[in-house]
Amino acid sequence: MGTPTPILRTEHLTRDVAGRRIVDDISIEVPQGDVLAIVGPSGAGKSSFLRLLNRLDEPTGGSFYVDGRDYREIPPRVLRRRLGMVMQTPFLFPGTVADNIRFGPRQQGETLDDEAIARLLEQVGLPGFASRNVANLSGGEAQRVAFARCLANSPDVLLLDEPTSALDDAAKLGIEALVREIVEARRLTCLIVTHDTAQAARLAERVMVIEKGKLSRIGSLQEVLGAQRTV
Amino acid sequence: MLNGLFKSQLALGLAQAAVAALAAIAVMLLARRRQIHVERETLIALVRGLAQIMIVGSILVLMLRGPRWTSVFILAAMTVAAAATSARRAKRIPGAFRVSLYAIAAGAGSVISLMTFAGAIDTAITALVPVGSMLIANAMNTNGLALDRFRSDVHAHVGHVEAALALGAAPEQTVAPYVQAAYQASLIPAIDNLRSLGIVWIPGLMAGMVLSGSPPLYAAVYQFVVIAMIFAASGLTCLISTTLIRERAFSPAEQLLLRPEAATAG
Repeated sequence: MGTPTPILRTEHLTRDVAGRRIVDDISIEVPQGDVLAIVGPSGAGKSSFLRLLNRLDEPTGGSFYVDGRDYREIPPRVLRRRLGMVMQTPFLFPGTVADNIRFGPRQQGETLDDEAIARLLEQVGLPGFASRNVANLSGGEAQRVAFARCLANSPDVLLLDEPTSALDDAAKLGIEALVREIVEARRLTCLIVTHDTAQAARLAERVMVIEKGKLSRIGSLQEVLGAQRTV
Repeated sequence: MLNGLFKSQLALGLAQAAVAALAAIAVMLLARRRQIHVERETLIALVRGLAQIMIVGSILVLMLRGPRWTSVFILAAMTVAAAATSARRAKRIPGAFRVSLYAIAAGAGSVISLMTFAGAIDTAITALVPVGSMLIANAMNTNGLALDRFRSDVHAHVGHVEAALALGAAPEQTVAPYVQAAYQASLIPAIDNLRSLGIVWIPGLMAGMVLSGSPPLYAAVYQFVVIAMIFAASGLTCLISTTLIRERAFSPAEQLLLRPEAATAG
């Protein structure tokens, strides 16, 4: 029996911007259900790497494969729905929480019913929030809505770009608990960018370190950070 | 006062131009006191504007004696110049010149053609060129406003646009609110001109027609015709340019190109 195809594999993935290499020759494999933390100093290229996987930016070298398929063979909108991304700032659209959650499915001509929205809100810890105007949400609540909005597309992989860096400690721990619950309940694969190694230890099973755009280390928490998973 | 000082009409005209330019410079200096620096742009625009209009006036003197079809070339040259001016307002928008050229040529060009065919614009070079140039100039202004507004709105909402893209939205859907806002904002001057016609301002064309002996009521109605044509040409130009620019704001792989590169660092 051969080794199962990883859900995500990057091969010499590279991006140059204005003559500067911001992602430099990164090759990794992410098996189904893996939770991989991407750590490194500010400006190291962590977010840039994640943006390539959602194809918000175009690689200038190398490639990546989703279930063995080259990303160029997958229409960008399909790829983005499969590899859902939650950003550092929620960037909610004006309107209600329900409007935001319906946004993704509506792009494919689907309408989420009230029950489905209620289930998603329950899952992200915001029961009864459907009709709330997003202008009246706290930072933590807004980020939870961003999670629900992303989950409404039923992604296979979650790309989380420092989802707690703009939140206070209480909200941060709440989002971390939410990430653990969602990943476990939906058996999702998850790549989470964080500059906080303690957070990486709370959330991830494996860690990769990016420095100056290059992959410097990848392995288990113990191997890379010398730490055990703390939750 | 100036009338008494100058006997030659050209000298009088230049003196009047100098007085008008002084008024513009005074306003520029007032702005400067409030740390708003438009000195270079204003001075260059004043000198350029005067030189250009004098050159065009001289060419017109020659061309007015030519056959009617020459007006097509004059208007085509004006369209290219208008596109170049508009494109400068839309710096950093990929393909802004081409978009402006197509939009102004199609927007102003189709209204000029249609109105000439319908008989609303006389085919005489003395009528077609001045009226056509008004349509082109206004289309240029509206187009420049629309592109500038679109760019600044998209720049201010890069996060929202990319959040929508990341959720699998079509590029045109992600910038739809900014296209709409750009279109509406750019048409405000044209709408206000139409709305305030005769109450706030009596345009030069009507004044000129009355001075040259046309019945005032016909001059007034014709002025309305011109302002309505301007509105149609500007609106159509803007509709085309915002549609074209919306497509050029994204790469073939549906990535937002119209964003500060610094946004990708991290």
